[in-house]
Amino acid sequence: MSVRRSFSEGGWPRLRPLLLAIAFPLALLAIWHFATVNRPASLIPPPYDVWLELRDLAFGGINDDAYSKTLHIHLLASIARVYGGFVLALAAALPLGMLIGRVPLVRQLVDPTIQILRPVPVTAWLPLAMIIFGLGPRSAFFLVFLGAFYPILVNTIFGVRSVEPRLFEAASMLGCTGTAQFFRVVLPAALPSIFTGMRLSLGFAWVVIVVGEMTGVQTGLGAIIMEARQLSRTEIVISGMIVIGIFGFLSDQLVMLIGRRLLAWSPSHG
Amino acid sequence: MAEAAIPILEMKNVGKTYAQGGRAIEALRGANLRVKKGEFICLIGASGCGKSTLLRLAAGFESTTSGDNLMWGVPIAGPGPSRGMVFQDYGLFPWLNVRDNIGFGPKSRGRARVEIRETVDRFIELVGLQDFADVYPHQLSGGMKQRVAIARVLANDAEVVLMDEPFGALDAMTRERLQDELVEIWSRTGLTVLFVTHSIEEAIFLGDRVVVMSPGPGRIDNEYLIDLPRPRDIASREFNEWRRLLSSQLHSHHARKAG
Ligand SMILES: Nc1ncnc2c1ncn2[C@@H]1O[C@H](COP(=O)(O)OP(=O)(O)OP(=O)(O)O)[C@@H](O)[C@H]1O
Ligand SMILES: [Mg+2]
Repeated sequence: MSVRRSFSEGGWPRLRPLLLAIAFPLALLAIWHFATVNRPASLIPPPYDVWLELRDLAFGGINDDAYSKTLHIHLLASIARVYGGFVLALAAALPLGMLIGRVPLVRQLVDPTIQILRPVPVTAWLPLAMIIFGLGPRSAFFLVFLGAFYPILVNTIFGVRSVEPRLFEAASMLGCTGTAQFFRVVLPAALPSIFTGMRLSLGFAWVVIVVGEMTGVQTGLGAIIMEARQLSRTEIVISGMIVIGIFGFLSDQLVMLIGRRLLAWSPSHG
Repeated sequence: MAEAAIPILEMKNVGKTYAQGGRAIEALRGANLRVKKGEFICLIGASGCGKSTLLRLAAGFESTTSGDNLMWGVPIAGPGPSRGMVFQDYGLFPWLNVRDNIGFGPKSRGRARVEIRETVDRFIELVGLQDFADVYPHQLSGGMKQRVAIARVLANDAEVVLMDEPFGALDAMTRERLQDELVEIWSRTGLTVLFVTHSIEEAIFLGDRVVVMSPGPGRIDNEYLIDLPRPRDIASREFNEWRRLLSSQLHSHHARKAG
């Protein structure tokens, strides 16, 4: 009886968005399935083959080749680069953004240069990165860093520059001036923007990880995608894409969760 | 004896000209105002006659172009805790809850944590927000926000409270409640209040003195000592006489300006 009640009262409205969210990918999956199954000439493997490959990558026991049971190695390598690059980008872009935003001299000095460098896509940096940092993980790291850098920088500058002037007046008439004003007014007021920047930046780090791992590293989701492409193991390519999608999504959810805690005061975040 | 003669705020022949995009806007010319400690002064006048400018000069947010702008006989050099401002748009810190907004001033001035807590508790109670201590500004009504803004200034030991149309955005009921509470707080604490309003009725209800300003350029026109006993009855004959007098005063400016 209690089961029935919970279904009729709370179940359906809660289930509905979930079912709707699943309906679309299920439809895509069906199209994919019927377009590829029992067609040996198809260059794209059917979903079930990809599912088997994904299981083999994770747990082994199906193909027993060089890729079996290696998913965790590649996943960890990519996660380390994504978060490493992200943290480094944060450490560099946050103080720089605050300086550009609040100190006119710094703004005049570096802002034009940054505005010109910003449109250069990460892929265009690839050859130069490999010359400077050599083949291997350091180049990958640098490219992820670069991708994560600008969103934080741009949003930090915006955040610290768009503090409501009224709040400075309120702070100074309450006796809060100078550097104290920076820490007690500018920083908290800019937090929502900074946070938006961090979220975009982490998302971008996941996007550039494949390019970053094109620099000849041995491990990483990007690395096996590139390698599998050369071996025409398309089911591994798709498996890698799926794993990146899932972990990028989870990573974003985590950031959102932290944001909701930290920005409970903000009507647009809390 | 001599000290008692020094007004808490004094403006002597104050002029203020803003420079805006190469154009000079004369907002105030030859303004004279003396405010005694404990007085409740209301400023009224047509839009653009420099009421906010005068208040912002007293706060120290702007500096005078000419004349003297003094507190206790000393030139006002900038904003400070002795003069607290209550803005029409509240100016609360959205990332601080009610408690921390009120404690912002004492904390800035390095008070001990226990002392801040006591002060905050006292003023939260004064404005009747005990049940909302942990709530953020965006969850409060306009009237509650303005209560927080008032408590924030009082908790910081302001001697002068400067209020720029503080109740202008509130509905009539809330407005009347806050007017009553403000008078109550003022009479208990011995604060000095400088209060800008567009409402003649509000000015007569609140003020010991009503200062009428006129535009083009902004200047102080006339002052009226409101000798009605408190609490004031807005329906009384005397109140209505004041209302008529001030209303004709204000309208004569419009007529003069138009003609
Ligand atoms: N920061 C500023 N820069 C340039 N001009 C200003 C500035 N502040 C005010 N003014 C001008 O000074 C004059 C007086 O403005 P003020 O805001 O003091 O008037 P007010 O009496 O408060 O008007 P209201 O009743 O509409 O609030 C106006 O002409 C206004 O345009
Ligand atoms: Mg004004």
